[in-house]
Amino acid sequence: MEGVVKSKYRAVVIGASSGGLKALKTILSVLPGDFALPVIIVVHRHPNADGYMEESLDHKCTLSVKQVDEKEKIQNGVVYIGPPNYHVLIEDTRIFSLSVEEAVNYARPSIDVLFESAADVYGPELVGVVLTGNNDDGVRGLQRIKRRGGLTVVQTPETAEAESMPKAAIAAVDPDHVLPLKEIGPFLNGLSIFNIQ
Amino acid sequence: MDNNLENEKIEIDLLIQAIFRKYGYDFRNYAKASLSRRVQQRLSRSNLKTISEMQHKLLYDQSFFETLLLDLTINVTEMFRDPYFFKAIRTSVIPELKRQPFIKVWHAGCSSGEEVYSMAILLKEEGVAQTARIYATDTNEAVLQEAEKGIVSIGKMQQYSRNYMDAGGMSSFSDYYTARYESALLNKTLRKNVVFSCHNLVTDGVFGEMDLIICRNVLIYFNDELQNHVFGLFRDSLCPGGFLCLGSKESLMFTQCSDDFEIVAEREKIYRKKGKRG
Repeated sequence: MEGVVKSKYRAVVIGASSGGLKALKTILSVLPGDFALPVIIVVHRHPNADGYMEESLDHKCTLSVKQVDEKEKIQNGVVYIGPPNYHVLIEDTRIFSLSVEEAVNYARPSIDVLFESAADVYGPELVGVVLTGNNDDGVRGLQRIKRRGGLTVVQTPETAEAESMPKAAIAAVDPDHVLPLKEIGPFLNGLSIFNIQ
Repeated sequence: MDNNLENEKIEIDLLIQAIFRKYGYDFRNYAKASLSRRVQQRLSRSNLKTISEMQHKLLYDQSFFETLLLDLTINVTEMFRDPYFFKAIRTSVIPELKRQPFIKVWHAGCSSGEEVYSMAILLKEEGVAQTARIYATDTNEAVLQEAEKGIVSIGKMQQYSRNYMDAGGMSSFSDYYTARYESALLNKTLRKNVVFSCHNLVTDGVFGEMDLIICRNVLIYFNDELQNHVFGLFRDSLCPGGFLCLGSKESLMFTQCSDDFEIVAEREKIYRKKGKRG
């Protein structure tokens, strides 16, 4: 990658619930090895889940996919998944922090917690994506991203395995883009290419 | 940076300074993201408009400060959280402890005590309760009082019971509590050998000669510097050969103390201080 990285965006955050693994596979598998942004993901899952999700996504993707570690430094071109039973937050120094505070929207990890914290750190340089799910987690987070000037994206409910979550996000936020599942990966890739002059 | 955002960050730093100077609680080396989330949460539940207003209120109103203190120290815990951890205690730690005539256990940051009672149950079932003393400490007096009562909401008992079985429970979980309306009262005998007391990991010193220290999901709220300080405190509070247990996403590796410990169980985050007992 020659030249100056003159970027508009610095990070992508994604939230998904039921049907999430499949949707994530569709999106992440089209991101190329030189994808220039970190992708930080929260998916609702069982508190005692093992590392199957990370392994299966890592297997499917060119980018490396790993579970978030406590106080880990965020790196470009890596896909991070929040560990089960912990909230994921981001520090000003662009490292991860984890928390076991109360479930938010009955979820830990909660999409809102990640999105709100990322919006406070990245401001207008953040892309937030809400995918399939059966609840309304992510609404407040996406609102915060919008308020801080970031880019908001929601999966078209008709292409979602569970449509409540994208529907709630669309109703509450008026997102910048509502995209069918298959177009989200190429769209993110376009944003990333735009970054590398 | 967004002007509001910048102001909020300044206000939070000042708030933390104010708490330290007025009340002596030192949050200066806490990880900021979660701390500011909790301050914001208290703000939205109050009729205060800004964090600066909150600062004024906490300086002049001690009871408000005590409410905020409860927010800032995360008090979410459960019985037998991560059952596989407690299972590993049974298999990897208890046999070693059984060789000691007397066992000292320290639960640092015990919050409302759910893990303390879990450990008390485990020690009883393993037949070492008589020779064990559990020191359960927290920085917050109010949660210690809660812990001492041993009352748990009845709605949680089903999950705790499942955790207990997964953790290798040898009896029936219902043997350990009495249900009363909306709550479950944990058996008094469980806390016979438990001493609850105030201890602040940031400002207080070594807590001596422990055989086992359990501090799970406390260090995640600290920055690197404070984490290293506390790991040093734990090392100096353990006997040679003593055990240190952390939360499932916490690690002793890559810290200043990693050379002083060996790994007993990687996934369960159980470590052992090097050296032979004198």
